[in-house]
Amino acid sequence: MTNGETRGPLLAATGLVKAHGRTQALRGADVELRAGEILAVTGPSGSGKSTLLHCLAGIVRPDAGSVTYDQQRLDRLPEKRRSELRRTDFGVVFQFGQLIPELTALDNVALPLMLSGADRAEARARAGEWLERFEASGQAERRPGEMSGGQAQRAALARALVTGPKVVFADEPTGALDSLASEQLMAALAQTARESGTAVLLVTHDAQVAAYADREVEVRDGAVAALEVTA
Amino acid sequence: MSTRHILLGLLASSPSHGYDLKRRHDERFPQARPLAYGQVYTTLQRLVRDGLAEVDGTASDGGPERTAYRVTDEGARELTRWAAEIAPPAPFVTNEIFAKLVVSILTGADADAYLLAQRAAHMRRMRELTAVKTAPGTDLTTVLSADYALTHLDADLRWMTTTAARLTTLTAEVCAT
Repeated sequence: MTNGETRGPLLAATGLVKAHGRTQALRGADVELRAGEILAVTGPSGSGKSTLLHCLAGIVRPDAGSVTYDQQRLDRLPEKRRSELRRTDFGVVFQFGQLIPELTALDNVALPLMLSGADRAEARARAGEWLERFEASGQAERRPGEMSGGQAQRAALARALVTGPKVVFADEPTGALDSLASEQLMAALAQTARESGTAVLLVTHDAQVAAYADREVEVRDGAVAALEVTA
Repeated sequence: MSTRHILLGLLASSPSHGYDLKRRHDERFPQARPLAYGQVYTTLQRLVRDGLAEVDGTASDGGPERTAYRVTDEGARELTRWAAEIAPPAPFVTNEIFAKLVVSILTGADADAYLLAQRAAHMRRMRELTAVKTAPGTDLTTVLSADYALTHLDADLRWMTTTAARLTTLTAEVCAT
């Protein structure tokens, strides 16, 4: 943590510009994510929140501006290296967990470990521990179609965290959940992230979800504004 | 909020003396403002005057003498009536934020900056309440009480967000009249 602080933010974007066709999603967005912090990114629909997350996670390349992760220019890395980083250093959760429908919850969670070279038995054992941590052990042998939305998101969260990432990107992780399931998922995510020192970039339009974060920024018309009052 | 009925309800579950009643109230409603002893004793005297509570006995336990109270049959009936009575959904909530916003517009102050600062303050309070309710070992009473506050703050926030997006129109309307 001390190293992270002296070296500046873990992940930083400067002057990000990104267009989807004729739609300008980002118009010079700046944001910093410090090691171990939970940062909420809020803003109205279509403001560019998700595009910002995609650029920061190295899923899409910005048209202009820079993304620096752990002192490397993420936006300049070749796709192969970026996808390797996404496997080793990043975890991602979307609104709909995007679990692989043919696999059980346990195999879904084990998958990132196996892709990183762990053998199946070891990967499944660790996946089982993560499901237990998220109180989803009962779902281990179920496929996504047999789980409730909340259970599937817990499995998706376990899958995002199983590799011990430095950053978790969560894009409206509670968007499809009722308020109780949403609260339980957020409590599990916040607690795990704080215990393990994992930074979380949390995109949400829900203030009650954003309230789990340490800090909040707002995306408006493709730019980022701090929602903070400096006393 | 009827402190009188809440204290009567606590007495209905077990007779108590004033000190004990205050302690039970503050434990049961941790997010509420703690009751002053004076308020508890005054309320108890009024409950007795109105026939809703009566003296259960006195004990000293080696210290000062304390009077315990219990609910009367009439008090129990009053509690049943009050608990089943619908709380009126307030259609015209006193809205200080809206009042400040209109005054900001009228005086040419920066209404947008005010709304942003107010939203930040709401979010800060929501983060505090979320920390309270997610702290290890928090009981359900505290969680639900924090949830109630969070939901209301969230409603304020949504209203402020919508209002911020419509500020230009509001300004034109306020200034035209």
